[in-house]
Amino acid sequence: MQIQPILAALKRHKAGTILIALQIALTLAIVCNALFIIKQRVTHLSRATGIDEQNIISVRNQWVGKPPSQQVSGLTATDLTALRQIPGVVDVYSTNSYPLRQGGWSEGLDYKPNQDHSTAHTAIYFSDEHTLGTLGLKLVEGRNFRADEIGRMDIRDKLGPPTIIVTRELAHKLYPDGSALGKVLYLNENPTTIVGVVDRLEVPWVDNWASQWAEQSTLVPVRLAMSIGGFYLIRTQPGQVDSVAKQVSKTLYGVNRMRVIDPKDGVQSFSQVRAKAYARDRGMAILMGVVCVVLLAITAAGIVGLTSFWVGQRRKQIGVRRALGATHHDILSYFLTENLLISLGGVIIGALLAIGMNMWMVSQFEMARLSPTYVLAGVVVLLLLGQAAVLAPALRASRVPPVEATRSV
Amino acid sequence: MFGYYLELALRSLRRSPGLTALMVLTIGFGVAASMTTYSVFRAVSGDPMPWKSSKLFVPQIDMWGPSGRASDGEPPDAMDYTDAMKLMRDHRAKLQSAMYEISPSVVPADAGKHPIHVSGHAVYSEFFPMLDVPFKFGSSWSADDDAQRAAVAVISSKLSQKLFGDANSVGKTVNVEGKDYRVVGVLNEWNPQPRFYDVVNNGGGFSTDFEDVFLPFQTAVQASIRNDGNTDCNATPAESGFLGLQHSSCTWIAYMAELDDAAAVTTYRQYLDGYAHDQQQAGRFGWAPNNRLRNLPQWLDYKHVVPSDTKVALLVALGLLIACLVNTAGLLLAKFLRRSGEIGVRRALGAPRLAIYTQFLTEAGMIGLAGGALGLLLTGMGVASVSWVLPRDIASLARVDFSLLVLTLLVSVMATTLAGLYPTYRAACVQPAWQLKSN
Repeated sequence: MQIQPILAALKRHKAGTILIALQIALTLAIVCNALFIIKQRVTHLSRATGIDEQNIISVRNQWVGKPPSQQVSGLTATDLTALRQIPGVVDVYSTNSYPLRQGGWSEGLDYKPNQDHSTAHTAIYFSDEHTLGTLGLKLVEGRNFRADEIGRMDIRDKLGPPTIIVTRELAHKLYPDGSALGKVLYLNENPTTIVGVVDRLEVPWVDNWASQWAEQSTLVPVRLAMSIGGFYLIRTQPGQVDSVAKQVSKTLYGVNRMRVIDPKDGVQSFSQVRAKAYARDRGMAILMGVVCVVLLAITAAGIVGLTSFWVGQRRKQIGVRRALGATHHDILSYFLTENLLISLGGVIIGALLAIGMNMWMVSQFEMARLSPTYVLAGVVVLLLLGQAAVLAPALRASRVPPVEATRSV
Repeated sequence: MFGYYLELALRSLRRSPGLTALMVLTIGFGVAASMTTYSVFRAVSGDPMPWKSSKLFVPQIDMWGPSGRASDGEPPDAMDYTDAMKLMRDHRAKLQSAMYEISPSVVPADAGKHPIHVSGHAVYSEFFPMLDVPFKFGSSWSADDDAQRAAVAVISSKLSQKLFGDANSVGKTVNVEGKDYRVVGVLNEWNPQPRFYDVVNNGGGFSTDFEDVFLPFQTAVQASIRNDGNTDCNATPAESGFLGLQHSSCTWIAYMAELDDAAAVTTYRQYLDGYAHDQQQAGRFGWAPNNRLRNLPQWLDYKHVVPSDTKVALLVALGLLIACLVNTAGLLLAKFLRRSGEIGVRRALGAPRLAIYTQFLTEAGMIGLAGGALGLLLTGMGVASVSWVLPRDIASLARVDFSLLVLTLLVSVMATTLAGLYPTYRAACVQPAWQLKSN
């Protein structure tokens, strides 16, 4: 295949060539960045929380009339007992927060009392001896809380539990060179001992600001008596989430009417919690996906349109070439090569444009740097797209009969 | 003459329906994608009070010192109880209010109904005139009520409807957290987005929930209705409970002040610095004054209230529109140059270049109009389906209105005409003699 004549022909269609190349460049730049955004969001929203999500229900219970915290403990215990009686319920506990809740309690853990800057950030989950069982957390070292070490506190009391259970990631952050089990740390200036390490448990927040310590969670053996209320987490037998969820409100109102359980989102299965927490990421991924598809379709259509026009314009020349002995295959590969040359020019500009666009977005928004794999993948996709789009007009061109050369001259 | 060009354009478009459809589709999709994302962007980035926002100010006081500052040296976003109350007592702005978010339960009088959970704010009486809050019935409580800690409330029309039906509920009693409050005012559908008066306590500042209850600040504090927003502490409160929070240096109170002119702003700035200076003298602050006084647009920008996702999406959609225009320009070029013969004949018969320009730009404009019509349809569908894709608190704000419709058509026609400029120029350059010879 000779490139020289193709280049010579393209010189006569400068504007059309530049427009196609420009469009391919723009498409590449946008598609690379969009794909990269999609990949980041999908990675983010498919992060595992570490709990047995399929079989968990979250219930938000709010007390009416501000019962004092001494009374709240009793009310909560009664609720938990009632919830355990629902058929299909495996275990229940009450807490302040859970992964993906997007609201919770965070503290710093220190090696020494009165340290200036905390050694590790951590989310605090108020727990009892039922927590590990309810959430389905895997204990990798140490032990669960004992029933007799569960304390009680009011929301504005100072948190200072004598023992804690931490996640493996937090244990590693605190003690990179050995086991964290049995070590003494300081939480709010109070000494506390690590009695257990669980495999993994995410913090309640999915936003950027917590991404540096997304798996640094701490379980404290304390029941938080909040007069406004709190959350009940329920683990059901496999497959019974829906049937249990239906009975929760009725059961709790049956125990005590002076409460509010939002009929809309007071009782949620964990899949609903997950969908809500990641709605923004999911939306962005879908939006970018739609943009990619539309853009690729339009570019392909544009190539088909313009090449068809060129084929129409050059019927006579093609006829002459065929009459002079060029085969079907020669004509076909002429147009394919022509497109390849234009596309190559386009993707080179496009790759630079993609990287420039990403660098600008990194400087403006909280975005990561584009990995070269995406540019490379985009280049391959666009080159293939160009070849596929040009195929139909090129086939039509190859079918131009040699007799065309003799017509209308 | 224009009618003639329209007819010519129609005939030309009909001659190659495939190419025409392709261009219309391209423009339609490009315009619809950018208009849909623009509708979302417009909804979240709009000025909530364009007539007044530059007069509303958010003061920040550095009560934590260097150890509590953000890495860029900014003081805390909210205030502790001590400072907020001092600023309220000094009353140096024309209008001002400290406020905190509450989410109490309301017990309906009808014993058969379950208690409901509402959200709202504890504010001072000047909150309402400061933010031009519209009332359906009644009005705000008075400054006296603030001072007396009166048990009064302003409720939303929705809550009023739920508790009392359609009647004017001013003077009736509403039970909040087990205590009775007299309704003095009913709001008229007031739900500004973003919830600009208390961005700090509101996550992103957007919410689908209405604010149902407003109580006098001191009344709510006295009834120990707790804050339901953020509480940030740089030191653990010495005492427990809500009272402990009031005595602590934890921040949980938002503050807004109205300052009508530049002189008032300067004076208020001096007042804030003077206050911080006094606190330094008194030994409460061990550092020089480090206050901020931002007006509302600056504040919303500082707090990044417009989600960056929305901006990125708008940019990507604009990129899509540009790619679509380049595509259309290529197709128009092909289409116009194919008619070199026709142009040659027209030019030879005496048509000036201007006539060629008018004819082909008319054709491009028609494609733009058709693309715009399709774009309108797709934008309508896009905005309607945005709620499937984006979080509800943002998606519910995006809507199609007259200005969006006009803008869609305008963008479409303008952009297509722009894309048609170069192809038209090329068409006008056709040499009549050359064309006539070769045919």
